[in-house]
Amino acid sequence: MAAKPLAVLVIDENRIRASIIEAGLREAGHDEVTLVHDVAGIARRIAEINPDVIVIDLENPNRDMLENMFQLSRAVKRPIAMFVDRSDSASIEAAVDAGVSAYVVDGLKRERVKPILDMAVSRFNAFSRLSRELEEARSELEDRKVVDRAKGILMKSRGVSETEAYALLRKAAMNQNRKLSEIAQSLVTAAGLLGDDA
Amino acid sequence: MTDARFEISAGFLPLLDSALLVAAREKGFAAAEGIALTLVRETSWANIRDRLAVGHFQVAHMLAPMPIACNLGLTPLAATTVVPMALGLGGNAITVSNALWRDMVGHGTSADLSPRAAGDALRGVVADRVRAGAAPLRFAVVHPHSGHNYELRYWLAACGIDPDRDIEIVILPPPLMADALGSGSLDGFCAGEPWNTAAVMLGHGRIATVKAKIWRSSPEKVLGADARWAEANSDALAALLRAIHHAAQWCASPANHAELAGIMAAPAYVGRPADWMLPALSGQLRTSADSSVEVDDFFMPQARAATFPWKSHALWFYSQMVRWGQAGHSTENAAIARDTYRPDLYRAALKPLGAALPGANAKVEGALPTPTPVGSAGASLVLGPDGFFDGGLFDPDDLDGYIAAQRMAGGG
Repeated sequence: MAAKPLAVLVIDENRIRASIIEAGLREAGHDEVTLVHDVAGIARRIAEINPDVIVIDLENPNRDMLENMFQLSRAVKRPIAMFVDRSDSASIEAAVDAGVSAYVVDGLKRERVKPILDMAVSRFNAFSRLSRELEEARSELEDRKVVDRAKGILMKSRGVSETEAYALLRKAAMNQNRKLSEIAQSLVTAAGLLGDDA
Repeated sequence: MTDARFEISAGFLPLLDSALLVAAREKGFAAAEGIALTLVRETSWANIRDRLAVGHFQVAHMLAPMPIACNLGLTPLAATTVVPMALGLGGNAITVSNALWRDMVGHGTSADLSPRAAGDALRGVVADRVRAGAAPLRFAVVHPHSGHNYELRYWLAACGIDPDRDIEIVILPPPLMADALGSGSLDGFCAGEPWNTAAVMLGHGRIATVKAKIWRSSPEKVLGADARWAEANSDALAALLRAIHHAAQWCASPANHAELAGIMAAPAYVGRPADWMLPALSGQLRTSADSSVEVDDFFMPQARAATFPWKSHALWFYSQMVRWGQAGHSTENAAIARDTYRPDLYRAALKPLGAALPGANAKVEGALPTPTPVGSAGASLVLGPDGFFDGGLFDPDDLDGYIAAQRMAGGG
């Protein structure tokens, strides 16, 4: 007889990340996945869903409230432990590193739950990587804009060409051992303060 | 900081009583002890516990009962945690909504923060609501294993209100308390500062009573340390305790309160106006929009051995875990609670400084009606006044008797 499919509840205020986890779980054959983005009324939702595994991001400020609820076990019919196996410290570490925690009802076999946790951890990591890359791309774009403005200011105030203006910025950055964008930002700020912004 | 001998990461929550750790870093006391101290602001006590367990943190700002709960296995994931130092005494208040305060005034509460008057009035309001068929009042605390939970319950029970039957107690993160009070989803809460002051300043509530009046000179936050790390790095831990000792002295000086309020207001720490930090530091509590009450020992960072990890404090918290059904009472469990607090580590670290060190590891709680000089090594030491508002005494040598008497009194 096939075991009853596991019901997985993902609590995450970040909708994109929750969707990424859900997609991963569904690809792995877990059809009973529920996403909750807002913890208001969570006790009733948990009673309805009766989850076997609950995945929560560590940024959620309501973890203390949720844990208390699991311990009182009014909303949850079976006792809940964090992670599937306390002795599996490598998995626990990987999860906390990734920023995710998981609660599992007692009595579930390790081999049934472990793939779900591993999936959540790898999707959390993938999401962080994506966010980081997006942030880097965004700040790179910002840097380029500020360098362009600084060049414009120099071209106007010193009457130099764009290439020469860029060379001046680079030289200042090298001399002061600072990033080009920082030098550009100081220059733009100073120009703004002095009222001669280009 | 490249010449630091020790690198220590500490987790904390945005609360005024993280001040000792913050001052240790910001005022250079940690650096002077050769420590590169990294402070990481967290969003929940569960995160603090988990990140201590996996080694992201070596130490953390913790609710005083939390390490005991960890060691008793009451929480989902926990490393063995020791308490080598406390981070001050007092600092909490019980704040109620404007509507509940009006009802309490109707039952004769007083504006002087008296726990007895407030509790008697609250009992009257609870009885009215039962007669009217209204829903039970809802109070919030920050964590089930917190001084807040236990002092709220102690106060209610001593005033004839059953905390489990007559009202509802829910868990909420402190920064959300004021708004929840304003929106009507809460009737009251017990939390640390600046969150009571926040509710008053925002016009959402009224401070009804304070921890310092429910149990004077009572423990609140501690420094929790990963036991394995503490064992293997006793020099680093001792250096940190000395840094925090100096930070506590600095925090306690009124001349530094304005600067400390400014530091705590920074986005990396509490991230709220400096004005909100000052009442707890000065003892001039803003209890409502147009009133204030002086409570000179509202928050004690240093005096009265405020950083000493008394085993009697650990055992009182344990007695409350038993009282409210969180832990079973046994000799083994009592020993675990007692051994969680480590005055030996405190003494070893601070002795070279000539700091005032109590001669005993435990004391009868509530036994000192006036400031009392006590036997100490190093500088002279004055303890008290302490005391429970209902005149109760906690003798750690008669733990069984205390637990039995609690059972008779009801609750748990």
